[in-house]
Amino acid sequence: MQDLKLRGVGQEIPFRKDILSPKARPEMHAYANPARFLKLARPLTPVFLFAGLMLILAGSYAGLVLTPKDYLQGDSVRILYIHVPAAWLGMGGWSALAIASIVQLVWRHPLAGVAARAIAVPGALFTALCLITGSIWGRPTWGTWWEWDGRMTSMLVLLFLYFAYIALANASEERTSVSRATAIFGIVGAVNIPIINRSVVWWNSLHQGPSITLKGSTIAPELLWPLGPTLLGFSLLFGAIVLMRMRANLAEAKREARLRRLAAA
Amino acid sequence: MKAKKQRLILALLALAAVIGAGLLAASGLKQEASFFYAPGDVDHSQLPLDRAVRLGGMVKEKSIRHDPDGVTIHFIVEDGKATVPVSFKGIAPDLFKEKSGVVAEGHFQRDGSFVATNLLAKHDERYMPPELEGKMHKTGSLTQ
Repeated sequence: MQDLKLRGVGQEIPFRKDILSPKARPEMHAYANPARFLKLARPLTPVFLFAGLMLILAGSYAGLVLTPKDYLQGDSVRILYIHVPAAWLGMGGWSALAIASIVQLVWRHPLAGVAARAIAVPGALFTALCLITGSIWGRPTWGTWWEWDGRMTSMLVLLFLYFAYIALANASEERTSVSRATAIFGIVGAVNIPIINRSVVWWNSLHQGPSITLKGSTIAPELLWPLGPTLLGFSLLFGAIVLMRMRANLAEAKREARLRRLAAA
Repeated sequence: MKAKKQRLILALLALAAVIGAGLLAASGLKQEASFFYAPGDVDHSQLPLDRAVRLGGMVKEKSIRHDPDGVTIHFIVEDGKATVPVSFKGIAPDLFKEKSGVVAEGHFQRDGSFVATNLLAKHDERYMPPELEGKMHKTGSLTQ
Protein backbone atom coordinates (compact mmCIF):
# COMPACT_ATOMS: atom_id res chain seq x y z
CA MET A 1 0.00 0.00 0.00
CA GLN A 2 3.10 2.16 0.10
CA ASP A 3 2.50 3.29 -3.48
CA LEU A 4 -0.93 4.68 -2.81
CA LYS A 5 0.26 7.32 -0.40
CA LEU A 6 0.48 10.82 -1.90
CA ARG A 7 3.96 12.20 -1.56
CA GLY A 8 5.17 15.75 -1.17
CA VAL A 9 6.14 17.94 -4.13
CA GLY A 10 9.64 17.34 -5.44
CA GLN A 11 9.90 13.91 -3.91
CA GLU A 12 10.71 10.99 -6.16
CA ILE A 13 7.82 8.71 -6.89
CA PRO A 14 8.97 5.20 -7.74
CA PHE A 15 7.75 3.68 -10.97
CA ARG A 16 5.44 0.77 -10.68
CA LYS A 17 6.15 -1.98 -13.16
CA ASP A 18 2.65 -1.96 -14.58
CA ILE A 19 2.65 1.64 -15.80
CA LEU A 20 3.79 1.00 -19.37
CA SER A 21 2.25 -2.32 -20.10
CA PRO A 22 0.69 -4.81 -17.73
CA LYS A 23 2.17 -7.68 -19.73
CA ALA A 24 5.73 -6.39 -19.72
CA ARG A 25 8.25 -8.00 -17.44
CA PRO A 26 10.75 -5.19 -16.95
CA GLU A 27 13.00 -7.05 -14.54
CA MET A 28 14.37 -8.93 -17.53
CA HIS A 29 16.27 -5.91 -18.91
CA ALA A 30 18.64 -3.48 -17.32
CA TYR A 31 17.06 -0.38 -18.90
CA ALA A 32 13.53 -1.73 -19.18
CA ASN A 33 12.88 -0.09 -15.85
CA PRO A 34 11.92 3.51 -16.76
CA ALA A 35 13.33 4.78 -13.46
CA ARG A 36 16.77 3.50 -14.37
CA PHE A 37 16.47 4.94 -17.87
CA LEU A 38 15.41 8.32 -16.47
CA LYS A 39 18.39 8.36 -14.13
CA LEU A 40 20.60 8.28 -17.22
CA ALA A 41 18.41 10.44 -19.49
CA ARG A 42 17.98 13.30 -17.04
CA PRO A 43 21.66 14.40 -16.95
CA LEU A 44 22.25 13.46 -20.62
CA THR A 45 19.53 15.75 -22.00
CA PRO A 46 21.22 19.11 -21.20
CA VAL A 47 24.63 17.73 -22.21
CA PHE A 48 23.30 16.70 -25.65
CA LEU A 49 21.34 19.91 -26.02
CA PHE A 50 24.13 22.37 -25.22
CA ALA A 51 26.94 20.43 -26.91
CA GLY A 52 24.70 20.13 -29.98
CA LEU A 53 23.80 23.83 -30.08
CA MET A 54 27.46 24.85 -29.61
CA LEU A 55 28.60 22.59 -32.47
CA ILE A 56 25.79 23.84 -34.72
CA LEU A 57 26.74 27.47 -34.00
CA ALA A 58 30.46 26.83 -34.55
CA GLY A 59 29.85 24.80 -37.71
CA SER A 60 27.42 27.38 -39.11
CA TYR A 61 29.88 30.21 -38.48
CA ALA A 62 32.63 28.21 -40.20
CA GLY A 63 30.33 27.30 -43.09
CA LEU A 64 28.99 30.82 -43.59
CA VAL A 65 32.17 32.85 -43.01
CA LEU A 66 35.38 30.82 -43.01
CA THR A 67 35.00 28.52 -46.03
CA PRO A 68 35.51 29.69 -49.63
CA LYS A 69 32.78 29.75 -52.28
CA ASP A 70 32.29 26.86 -54.64
CA TYR A 71 33.75 27.37 -58.15
CA LEU A 72 30.34 26.79 -59.79
CA GLN A 73 27.62 27.25 -57.19
CA GLY A 74 29.08 30.31 -55.47
CA ASP A 75 27.63 31.01 -52.04
CA SER A 76 24.63 28.69 -52.43
CA VAL A 77 26.97 25.76 -51.65
CA ARG A 78 26.80 26.77 -47.98
CA ILE A 79 23.31 25.30 -47.59
CA LEU A 80 24.99 21.89 -47.62
CA TYR A 81 26.00 22.29 -43.96
CA ILE A 82 22.29 22.08 -43.04
CA HIS A 83 20.95 20.04 -45.95
CA VAL A 84 23.26 17.04 -45.41
CA PRO A 85 22.65 16.74 -41.62
CA ALA A 86 18.90 17.11 -42.23
CA ALA A 87 18.95 14.31 -44.83
CA TRP A 88 21.09 12.12 -42.56
CA LEU A 89 18.74 12.61 -39.59
CA GLY A 90 15.57 12.16 -41.64
CA MET A 91 16.82 8.78 -42.90
CA GLY A 92 18.71 7.87 -39.71
CA GLY A 93 15.58 8.69 -37.71
CA TRP A 94 13.50 6.13 -39.57
CA SER A 95 16.30 3.55 -39.33
CA ALA A 96 16.34 4.00 -35.53
CA LEU A 97 12.54 3.88 -35.45
CA ALA A 98 12.56 0.58 -37.39
CA ILE A 99 15.15 -0.92 -35.02
CA ALA A 100 13.07 0.20 -32.02
CA SER A 101 10.01 -1.40 -33.66
CA ILE A 102 11.83 -4.73 -34.01
CA VAL A 103 13.00 -4.54 -30.37
CA GLN A 104 9.41 -3.83 -29.32
CA LEU A 105 7.89 -6.69 -31.32
CA VAL A 106 10.54 -9.31 -30.59
CA TRP A 107 11.75 -8.60 -27.06
CA ARG A 108 8.69 -6.64 -25.86
CA HIS A 109 11.04 -4.06 -24.41
CA PRO A 110 8.74 -1.48 -22.77
CA LEU A 111 10.92 1.51 -23.68
CA ALA A 112 11.31 0.62 -27.37
CA GLY A 113 7.85 1.89 -28.31
CA VAL A 114 8.38 5.03 -26.22
CA ALA A 115 11.61 5.69 -28.13
CA ALA A 116 9.99 5.08 -31.54
CA ARG A 117 7.12 7.46 -30.72
CA ALA A 118 9.63 10.09 -29.59
CA ILE A 119 11.75 9.76 -32.78
CA ALA A 120 8.88 10.21 -35.25
CA VAL A 121 8.28 13.96 -34.81
CA PRO A 122 11.91 15.21 -35.03
CA GLY A 123 12.44 12.70 -37.86
CA ALA A 124 9.60 14.29 -39.83
CA LEU A 125 10.93 17.77 -38.98
CA PHE A 126 14.42 17.06 -40.34
CA THR A 127 13.01 15.34 -43.44
CA ALA A 128 10.96 18.47 -44.14
CA LEU A 129 14.04 20.64 -43.52
CA CYS A 130 15.99 18.52 -46.01
CA LEU A 131 13.29 18.97 -48.69
CA ILE A 132 13.01 22.73 -48.06
CA THR A 133 16.77 23.43 -48.11
CA GLY A 134 17.15 21.23 -51.18
CA SER A 135 14.43 23.18 -52.95
CA ILE A 136 16.06 26.51 -52.07
CA TRP A 137 19.39 25.21 -53.42
CA GLY A 138 17.79 23.70 -56.52
CA ARG A 139 16.38 26.99 -57.80
CA PRO A 140 19.73 28.76 -58.42
CA THR A 141 21.67 25.57 -59.20
CA TRP A 142 19.38 23.49 -61.41
CA GLY A 143 16.93 26.19 -62.39
CA THR A 144 13.90 24.60 -60.69
CA TRP A 145 12.30 24.48 -57.24
CA TRP A 146 11.00 20.96 -57.64
CA GLU A 147 11.20 18.06 -60.09
CA TRP A 148 9.77 14.56 -59.73
CA ASP A 149 13.21 13.00 -59.72
CA GLY A 150 13.94 9.70 -57.93
CA ARG A 151 15.80 11.20 -54.98
CA MET A 152 13.32 14.01 -54.34
CA THR A 153 10.25 11.82 -54.75
CA SER A 154 11.53 9.08 -52.42
CA MET A 155 12.45 11.70 -49.80
CA LEU A 156 8.93 13.17 -50.04
CA VAL A 157 7.55 9.64 -49.57
CA LEU A 158 9.64 9.41 -46.37
CA LEU A 159 7.98 12.59 -45.07
CA PHE A 160 4.53 11.11 -45.77
CA LEU A 161 5.58 7.85 -44.05
CA TYR A 162 6.47 9.89 -40.95
CA PHE A 163 3.06 11.64 -41.07
CA ALA A 164 1.31 8.26 -41.40
CA TYR A 165 3.34 6.84 -38.50
CA ILE A 166 2.48 9.80 -36.24
CA ALA A 167 -1.20 9.52 -37.15
CA LEU A 168 -1.19 5.76 -36.54
CA ALA A 169 0.64 6.16 -33.21
CA ASN A 170 -1.90 8.74 -32.04
CA ALA A 171 -4.89 6.75 -33.27
CA SER A 172 -4.23 3.77 -31.01
CA GLU A 173 -5.07 3.49 -27.32
CA GLU A 174 -1.40 3.39 -26.38
CA ARG A 175 -0.41 6.86 -25.25
CA THR A 176 3.16 6.35 -24.00
CA SER A 177 4.38 3.50 -26.19
CA VAL A 178 2.94 2.58 -29.61
CA SER A 179 0.58 -0.18 -30.67
CA ARG A 180 1.87 -3.34 -32.33
CA ALA A 181 0.30 -2.33 -35.64
CA THR A 182 2.27 0.95 -35.50
CA ALA A 183 5.50 -0.98 -34.84
CA ILE A 184 4.82 -3.21 -37.85
CA PHE A 185 4.31 -0.08 -39.97
CA GLY A 186 7.66 1.21 -38.67
CA ILE A 187 9.38 -1.94 -39.98
CA VAL A 188 7.56 -1.95 -43.34
CA GLY A 189 8.39 1.73 -43.91
CA ALA A 190 12.10 0.92 -43.66
CA VAL A 191 11.91 -0.37 -47.23
CA ASN A 192 12.13 3.24 -48.39
CA ILE A 193 15.53 3.91 -46.76
CA PRO A 194 17.74 1.88 -49.17
CA ILE A 195 15.63 3.21 -52.06
CA ILE A 196 16.42 6.83 -51.09
CA ASN A 197 20.06 5.96 -50.68
CA ARG A 198 20.39 4.18 -54.05
CA SER A 199 17.99 6.39 -56.03
CA VAL A 200 20.78 8.47 -57.56
CA VAL A 201 22.76 5.36 -58.53
CA TRP A 202 19.98 3.19 -59.99
CA TRP A 203 18.16 5.84 -61.98
CA ASN A 204 19.17 8.81 -64.08
CA SER A 205 18.37 11.63 -61.70
CA LEU A 206 18.68 15.37 -61.54
CA HIS A 207 20.17 15.10 -58.04
CA GLN A 208 23.92 14.47 -58.18
CA GLY A 209 25.46 11.16 -57.13
CA PRO A 210 26.94 10.65 -53.66
CA SER A 211 29.89 12.96 -52.90
CA ILE A 212 31.11 11.12 -49.82
CA THR A 213 31.65 7.41 -50.39
CA LEU A 214 33.92 4.71 -49.01
CA LYS A 215 36.47 5.71 -51.64
CA GLY A 216 36.69 9.24 -50.26
CA SER A 217 35.09 12.60 -50.86
CA THR A 218 34.70 14.65 -54.02
CA ILE A 219 34.14 17.73 -51.86
CA ALA A 220 37.40 19.67 -51.47
CA PRO A 221 38.68 19.56 -47.85
CA GLU A 222 38.45 23.38 -47.58
CA LEU A 223 34.69 23.14 -48.13
CA LEU A 224 34.11 19.85 -46.31
CA TRP A 225 35.39 20.43 -42.78
CA PRO A 226 32.46 22.42 -41.23
CA LEU A 227 30.17 19.53 -42.18
CA GLY A 228 31.64 17.40 -39.34
CA PRO A 229 30.63 19.81 -36.53
CA THR A 230 27.15 20.48 -37.99
CA LEU A 231 26.50 16.75 -38.57
CA LEU A 232 27.48 15.90 -34.99
CA GLY A 233 25.73 19.01 -33.61
CA PHE A 234 22.38 18.33 -35.31
CA SER A 235 22.64 14.64 -34.30
CA LEU A 236 23.13 15.62 -30.65
CA LEU A 237 20.21 18.06 -30.91
CA PHE A 238 18.11 15.25 -32.37
CA GLY A 239 19.14 13.00 -29.46
CA ALA A 240 18.23 15.71 -26.95
CA ILE A 241 14.77 16.16 -28.54
CA VAL A 242 14.17 12.39 -28.43
CA LEU A 243 15.22 12.18 -24.75
CA MET A 244 13.01 15.16 -23.85
CA ARG A 245 10.02 13.65 -25.64
CA MET A 246 10.57 10.25 -24.02
CA ARG A 247 10.83 11.85 -20.58
CA ALA A 248 7.70 13.93 -21.16
CA ASN A 249 5.75 10.84 -22.25
CA LEU A 250 6.96 8.82 -19.26
CA ALA A 251 6.11 11.67 -16.89
CA GLU A 252 2.64 11.81 -18.39
CA ALA A 253 2.19 8.06 -17.90
CA LYS A 254 3.40 8.39 -14.32
CA ARG A 255 0.95 11.21 -13.62
CA GLU A 256 -1.97 9.30 -15.10
CA ALA A 257 -1.10 6.15 -13.15
CA ARG A 258 -0.93 8.18 -9.97
CA LEU A 259 -4.32 9.78 -10.63
CA ARG A 260 -5.79 6.35 -11.30
CA ARG A 261 -4.39 5.04 -8.02
CA LEU A 262 -5.71 8.05 -6.14
CA ALA A 263 -9.11 7.59 -7.71
CA ALA A 264 -9.14 3.93 -6.75
CA ALA A 265 -8.09 4.57 -3.16
CA MET B 1 12.63 -18.09 -24.63
CA LYS B 2 11.30 -20.13 -27.54
CA ALA B 3 8.52 -17.66 -28.32
CA LYS B 4 11.02 -14.82 -28.35
CA LYS B 5 13.23 -16.65 -30.83
CA GLN B 6 10.24 -17.36 -33.05
CA ARG B 7 9.27 -13.69 -33.03
CA LEU B 8 12.83 -12.68 -33.89
CA ILE B 9 12.97 -15.07 -36.86
CA LEU B 10 9.53 -13.92 -37.99
CA ALA B 11 10.48 -10.22 -37.73
CA LEU B 12 13.76 -10.73 -39.62
CA LEU B 13 12.01 -12.77 -42.33
CA ALA B 14 9.37 -10.06 -42.69
CA LEU B 15 12.06 -7.37 -42.92
CA ALA B 16 14.00 -9.36 -45.55
CA ALA B 17 10.79 -9.97 -47.56
CA VAL B 18 9.77 -6.31 -47.45
CA ILE B 19 13.21 -5.05 -48.48
CA GLY B 20 13.45 -7.74 -51.17
CA ALA B 21 10.08 -6.68 -52.56
CA GLY B 22 11.19 -3.05 -52.52
CA LEU B 23 14.42 -3.82 -54.37
CA LEU B 24 12.57 -5.92 -56.97
CA ALA B 25 10.03 -3.16 -57.54
CA ALA B 26 12.78 -0.56 -57.76
CA SER B 27 14.77 -2.52 -60.34
CA GLY B 28 11.55 -3.19 -62.27
CA LEU B 29 10.99 0.55 -62.40
CA LYS B 30 14.45 1.16 -63.85
CA GLN B 31 13.14 2.70 -67.07
CA GLU B 32 10.02 4.37 -65.70
CA ALA B 33 11.65 5.95 -62.66
CA SER B 34 14.50 7.53 -64.58
CA PHE B 35 14.30 11.29 -64.70
CA PHE B 36 15.66 11.57 -68.22
CA TYR B 37 16.89 9.59 -71.24
CA ALA B 38 20.60 9.63 -72.05
CA PRO B 39 21.55 9.95 -75.74
CA GLY B 40 22.65 6.28 -75.66
CA ASP B 41 19.12 5.23 -74.59
CA VAL B 42 17.49 6.78 -77.65
CA ASP B 43 16.22 4.30 -80.23
CA HIS B 44 16.33 6.29 -83.46
CA SER B 45 13.90 3.95 -85.24
CA GLN B 46 11.22 4.60 -82.59
CA LEU B 47 11.53 8.23 -81.59
CA PRO B 48 8.80 9.32 -79.15
CA LEU B 49 7.62 12.19 -81.37
CA ASP B 50 4.16 12.55 -79.87
CA ARG B 51 5.07 13.34 -76.28
CA ALA B 52 7.39 15.54 -74.23
CA VAL B 53 10.47 13.78 -72.86
CA ARG B 54 13.62 14.74 -70.99
CA LEU B 55 17.05 14.27 -72.49
CA GLY B 56 20.07 14.41 -70.19
CA GLY B 57 23.83 14.22 -70.62
CA MET B 58 26.93 16.32 -70.90
CA VAL B 59 27.15 19.42 -73.09
CA LYS B 60 29.81 18.64 -75.69
CA GLU B 61 32.91 20.81 -75.61
CA LYS B 62 32.79 23.78 -78.01
CA SER B 63 29.34 22.79 -79.24
CA ILE B 64 27.35 25.80 -77.97
CA ARG B 65 26.34 28.15 -80.80
CA HIS B 66 24.27 31.31 -80.37
CA ASP B 67 21.81 32.43 -83.04
CA PRO B 68 21.83 36.12 -84.11
CA ASP B 69 18.43 36.62 -82.38
CA GLY B 70 20.27 36.38 -79.04
CA VAL B 71 17.92 33.95 -77.32
CA THR B 72 18.26 30.76 -79.35
CA ILE B 73 21.13 28.39 -78.64
CA HIS B 74 22.24 25.14 -80.25
CA PHE B 75 24.42 22.56 -78.55
CA ILE B 76 25.18 18.84 -78.55
CA VAL B 77 24.34 16.49 -75.67
CA GLU B 78 26.60 13.44 -75.34
CA ASP B 79 26.92 10.49 -72.96
CA GLY B 80 29.99 8.73 -74.36
CA LYS B 81 27.82 6.39 -76.48
CA ALA B 82 25.82 8.73 -78.68
CA THR B 83 25.15 12.41 -79.32
CA VAL B 84 21.96 14.40 -79.92
CA PRO B 85 21.84 17.95 -81.31
CA VAL B 86 19.59 20.21 -79.23
CA SER B 87 18.18 23.67 -79.83
CA PHE B 88 16.62 25.86 -77.18
CA LYS B 89 14.99 29.28 -77.23
CA GLY B 90 14.95 31.01 -73.86
CA ILE B 91 17.10 31.76 -70.85
CA ALA B 92 19.53 29.00 -69.86
CA PRO B 93 20.38 28.52 -66.16
CA ASP B 94 23.65 30.05 -64.91
CA LEU B 95 25.30 26.68 -64.50
CA PHE B 96 24.62 25.68 -68.10
CA LYS B 97 28.01 25.41 -69.80
CA GLU B 98 30.28 23.18 -71.84
CA LYS B 99 31.46 19.88 -70.32
CA SER B 100 28.84 20.01 -67.60
CA GLY B 101 25.56 18.18 -67.11
CA VAL B 102 22.26 19.31 -68.58
CA VAL B 103 18.68 18.03 -68.65
CA ALA B 104 16.58 19.32 -71.56
CA GLU B 105 12.77 19.06 -71.57
CA GLY B 106 11.08 19.03 -74.95
CA HIS B 107 10.36 17.00 -78.10
CA PHE B 108 12.39 14.89 -80.49
CA GLN B 109 12.16 15.89 -84.13
CA ARG B 110 11.79 13.51 -87.07
CA ASP B 111 15.47 13.99 -88.01
CA GLY B 112 16.66 12.85 -84.55
CA SER B 113 17.39 16.31 -83.21
CA PHE B 114 15.77 17.68 -80.07
CA VAL B 115 13.91 20.94 -79.48
CA ALA B 116 13.93 21.93 -75.81
CA THR B 117 11.31 24.06 -74.12
CA ASN B 118 13.14 24.13 -70.79
CA LEU B 119 16.73 23.57 -69.63
CA LEU B 120 17.91 22.37 -66.22
CA ALA B 121 21.56 22.40 -65.21
CA LYS B 122 22.69 19.18 -63.55
CA HIS B 123 25.30 19.67 -60.88
CA ASP B 124 27.87 16.92 -60.35
CA GLU B 125 29.15 15.60 -57.03
CA ARG B 126 32.35 17.70 -57.02
CA TYR B 127 32.60 20.74 -54.76
CA MET B 128 35.73 22.92 -54.66
CA PRO B 129 36.89 26.49 -54.14
CA PRO B 130 37.51 28.56 -57.31
CA GLU B 131 41.33 28.48 -57.07
CA LEU B 132 41.32 24.68 -57.13
CA GLU B 133 39.19 24.38 -60.24
CA GLY B 134 41.98 23.99 -62.80
CA LYS B 135 44.02 21.67 -60.62
CA MET B 136 41.30 19.16 -59.92
CA HIS B 137 40.22 19.09 -63.52
CA LYS B 138 43.77 18.30 -64.60
CA THR B 139 44.15 15.42 -62.16
CA GLY B 140 40.70 14.26 -63.26
CA SER B 141 41.72 14.09 -66.91
CA LEU B 142 45.01 12.38 -66.04
CA THR B 143 43.32 9.53 -64.26
CA GLN B 144 40.69 8.99 -66.94
